[in-house]
Amino acid sequence: MSMPFYVSPEQLIRDKADYARKGISRGRSVVVAEYAGGIAFVAENPSRALHKVSEIYDRIGFAAVGKYNEFENLRVAGVRYADLRGYSYDRTDVTARGLANAYAQSLGAVFTSEPKPLEVEVVVAQVGPEPGTDQLYRLTYDGSVAEEHGVVIIGGQTEAVAGPLREGWRADLDLPGVLALALAALSPDPAGGPARTLTADALEVAVLERHRPRRTFRRLEGAVLQSALDGGAAAAEPVAAPAEEATGHSGLPSDRVD
Amino acid sequence: MTDRRWASPLPEQAPGLSSSFSEYLGAHAPELLPGRRALPGADGSSAGSSAAGLAPHATTIVALTHDGGVVMAGDRRATAGAMIASRDIEKVFPADAWSCVGIAGSAGLAVELVRLFQVELEHYEKIEGALLSLDGKANRLATMVRGNLGLAMQGLAVVPLFAGYDLARPGPRAGRIFSYDVTGGRYEEHEHHAVGSGSLFARGALKKLWRPGLDAGAAVRVAVEALYDAADDDSATGGPDVVRRIWPVVAVIGADGYTRVPDAELGDVARAVIADRTAEQEGRSR
Repeated sequence: MSMPFYVSPEQLIRDKADYARKGISRGRSVVVAEYAGGIAFVAENPSRALHKVSEIYDRIGFAAVGKYNEFENLRVAGVRYADLRGYSYDRTDVTARGLANAYAQSLGAVFTSEPKPLEVEVVVAQVGPEPGTDQLYRLTYDGSVAEEHGVVIIGGQTEAVAGPLREGWRADLDLPGVLALALAALSPDPAGGPARTLTADALEVAVLERHRPRRTFRRLEGAVLQSALDGGAAAAEPVAAPAEEATGHSGLPSDRVD
Repeated sequence: MTDRRWASPLPEQAPGLSSSFSEYLGAHAPELLPGRRALPGADGSSAGSSAAGLAPHATTIVALTHDGGVVMAGDRRATAGAMIASRDIEKVFPADAWSCVGIAGSAGLAVELVRLFQVELEHYEKIEGALLSLDGKANRLATMVRGNLGLAMQGLAVVPLFAGYDLARPGPRAGRIFSYDVTGGRYEEHEHHAVGSGSLFARGALKKLWRPGLDAGAAVRVAVEALYDAADDDSATGGPDVVRRIWPVVAVIGADGYTRVPDAELGDVARAVIADRTAEQEGRSR
């Protein structure tokens, strides 16, 4: 009978962390940034079908990098968590903080108890009623949570661009401004080549619009995205004036859908 | 994946799980599903016995197609026996951005059904990244109504009316209406339909007033007239209340989605209906 090799816990954790980090850094980055009208998600992603950025709930968005099947699982679990919570309590009781906690539990449990950690990095963002009340949570493969302010970049080789990105960010940026900032951070070639010019085709962009009633998540695609990238005002404008609260019999579902 | 892996507040990752919220609810929190609760001490044999008088009852809903979609309207009255339980209840709701659902029957159960249906559609949309087809939505609703059959046999029936804009066939035939029975039977209705206690009278009015090629504005007027006729002859249906300015809830669904007709506009329509009918009575006496 052979004895298994002894591996110290430190070594085991370090190996797992290295493995996860390597997997994550191979992918393309995603930038999540607050701006005057909401929160913008900008990802380099030529695929129209496999999303890195998605809607979780009325005011909560999700962005991830790493292995698609792993973060897709997390996304679906998040949608279920949010819908169940919103259905059994109220829509206003679904918060990014609760969701980030749930994700942290999951990621942490997998990291410590499974042979292979999840190779994902996730941002959960919640748009608030006013600028400055937004919440950004960044979750890493081992389940640690960091609350970020203003702007956050995940995945890829982010060390070189994270600094300029943070310095370039201001709370009063408009949508074209925040897109330009994100593009500047995404365009350096991860392989070390000259900086690329990212076009609308290679980008996945979505926003949580602060003043939209109920579901605030909106994907920017095609002509709308192009005009926002060009600095056009049309796409940058808030959709409509804040709609009045739904009236009617208490206890009935809101009937405002846009 | 082991079970331990998801020992967290997040739901389990059962690979075969569908994109349906109600199926998920049935597996994880069945106590939240409507229709899973039988009334104590009652079984199917005492069908139609007693429970009906206990809870508020919602009444008449009408729906009709127009050249750019469909219009649905509901009166504002809920009754509990001979008493008016509410004079400003709302019974027409958006199901998602391109469809709406109106409810007749036991109000509490019906509203719960609508809430679940709304989450069901949104949940599918988020998980799949695509809208359900209009037929798909109508079938989901049928399943939910069927789930309520046990309570319906005890007198707490819920009968929705579902209408929407079919994105797969834009044009004059895009507006579609579906009615249901308590067993979950789903029937597509053409041109117009009404459900609830005042539906007999509303259907008569719709038959006379509906014409092909109505535009949205004219269809709203027809809907308000039909509800007026229902209220005229059915004590459980409320007419327009000019004193309190309570008007029917009217939803218009067209190519650009669900819109609820603003109260100011409805007030004008309702006053015009009343004025026309008052003028008809001029010089008559009884």
